[in-house]
Amino acid sequence: MISLEKRPQPSRAWSLATPLVAVLATMVFGGLLFAMLGKPPIEAIRTIFWDPLFGEFAFYYRPQLLVKGAPLVLIAIGLSLGFKAGIWNIGAEGQYIIGAIVGAAVGLAFYPYEAWYIFPLMVISGALGGWAWAMIPAVLKVRFGTNEILVSLMLVYVAEQLLASASLRFLKNPEGFGFPGSRNLQDYPSAFNADLIAGSGMHWGVVAALIAVIFAYVLLNRHMLGFHIRLTGEAPRAARFAGVNPSRLILLCLGMSGALAGLAGLFEVSGPAGQISIDFNVGYGFTAIIVAFLGRLHPIGIMLAGGLMALTYIGGDIAQSNLGLPSAAIQVFQGMLLFFLLALDLLTNYRITLHKPEVA
Amino acid sequence: MDLSAINPVLLIASLMVAATPILLAAIGELVVEKAGVLNLGVEGMMIIGAIGGFAITVETGSPWLGFIASAACGAVFSLLFVLLTQVAQANQVASGLALTLFGLGLSALLGQSYVGIKPPQMGKLEIPFLSDLPVIGPILFGHDPILYIGIALTAGVWALLKYSRVGLVLRAVGENHDAAHALGYKVVRIRILAIMFGGACAGLGGAYISLIRVPQWTEGMTAGVGWIALALVVFSSWKPWRALLGAYLFGGITVVQLNLQAAGVAIPVEYLAMSPYVITIIVLVILSADKSSAPAALGRNFHASR
Repeated sequence: MISLEKRPQPSRAWSLATPLVAVLATMVFGGLLFAMLGKPPIEAIRTIFWDPLFGEFAFYYRPQLLVKGAPLVLIAIGLSLGFKAGIWNIGAEGQYIIGAIVGAAVGLAFYPYEAWYIFPLMVISGALGGWAWAMIPAVLKVRFGTNEILVSLMLVYVAEQLLASASLRFLKNPEGFGFPGSRNLQDYPSAFNADLIAGSGMHWGVVAALIAVIFAYVLLNRHMLGFHIRLTGEAPRAARFAGVNPSRLILLCLGMSGALAGLAGLFEVSGPAGQISIDFNVGYGFTAIIVAFLGRLHPIGIMLAGGLMALTYIGGDIAQSNLGLPSAAIQVFQGMLLFFLLALDLLTNYRITLHKPEVA
Repeated sequence: MDLSAINPVLLIASLMVAATPILLAAIGELVVEKAGVLNLGVEGMMIIGAIGGFAITVETGSPWLGFIASAACGAVFSLLFVLLTQVAQANQVASGLALTLFGLGLSALLGQSYVGIKPPQMGKLEIPFLSDLPVIGPILFGHDPILYIGIALTAGVWALLKYSRVGLVLRAVGENHDAAHALGYKVVRIRILAIMFGGACAGLGGAYISLIRVPQWTEGMTAGVGWIALALVVFSSWKPWRALLGAYLFGGITVVQLNLQAAGVAIPVEYLAMSPYVITIIVLVILSADKSSAPAALGRNFHASR
């Protein structure tokens, strides 16, 4: 007989080991999946995890790691604060879009005037845009008790429609020959989020992501608010007795994650993407959920997980062009990872014991 | 703008078609939540049902087989959720999200070779005389069989929950799993069956979109219907007939905004297209004041300690 016994304390060793085991399990099952699709499994896994870092063209892919990892880490750090407290913002994709639209709109309002303060203004307005979009589910939850999961998710679809409207109408490039999409911010020096060191992939978004990691680490470990967040997640009743104000926590957690997602959107639109277009968003807001869990909701873990996830994006692209691996396969791969992670958490919280069936 | 082009009879008939996928998924989720389980993977199970049903229909040429397969696909896929929440005791919110993310990816992968194919159509239920009646005919008697199955399912679930012993046990498990366990009911087994029922219903709803409503396969075609169904369960206060009412309301909004788009109203298309989502939020706000009818053990895992 196998039975589960709840551990008095979650196992620290397993809590660190499960992400690694989950990645390994995903590689094995992902390999099986690729084999079923008729692709060489070992080569596919190597293409995804090895080639972007150490392959022949790694000099090109390594900067991409920062470009793709930064938005994931920025968003996931914000999400993790809420997830820790049991506040589920799953509409980061929407906040990302709104941050990009608002930030780009502010930048484009100044076009073609050049000034040093335009980009900082865009950064602030991008963060505010994402914050405001996250405030909708936050205020509705505090005021009316509305479920934040459903509202924040619904707002993703609303944001996608606004994005379409922005690129077809109110932010459309007047000199774009009728094509959808805004002016390209890469051609507008005051608004362009260029690489800080040319060709390194290190733009302001990467800096912001690093600051966010440090900020979250300090907040969670050294600050009263961080303690309240953890307390609310682990023992809601104790938190209430300790005088934690749940409304304030909801507003803060959703607000912070919205602002960070908005920032990620702004850095993306003003840098790597360059313009507002209908297909501007690529699902970072949803992948960041996986990143947050893979990083065990811990800032340092999230940074590492963001890097790994960025790797699967880049490696997936390479595998797509070299091996003809369908792009959806990478999505399955990422979904699988979250699956194994959640399943293996069993080992962190429970002890598996074998014992002989008792004789009645 | 030409509003006179909108035919109210056709509008109501197409409203019922638009409402059916939401209704099917919502009825399934209602049963799951009555058993005390919050499965946020509805969207994922729907899209798996959509591609599963579509593929089988195209391969066999039989929409009936396709629908049966879609229910089976949904139920099997929901077993992943069972594995996570009932066996591995994982957080239900996170597991539901995982199911949705995984389902969206998997369906895109499976559906690659089915893009752009037109599936064989399911015949409409033609009842001699009744279907030819003016106004009532097309509204009540001119639909495909699955639409009626959806309504029958609503009635069935209502009767089951209200009058049967099975329904009583299910509700007990959802209200207080410790008490139900103490009475000797197999909490986990009952929940697993409820989750699988929810998966089958969501699968049917997904296949209804890909086989009847649209009908063709495109990536991510459920476009949030699963999430609207989740909102609908809250809207309905966990009562089947109110879920039907809500589904028709949402179906109505979808159809009206599509008709307004076609009629060329002076509102940009994007703002019309976002209206179902905005209205879902508004309805959620109005109704979420009353939480008293929610199953008490909703979203809490059960682990029997010896």
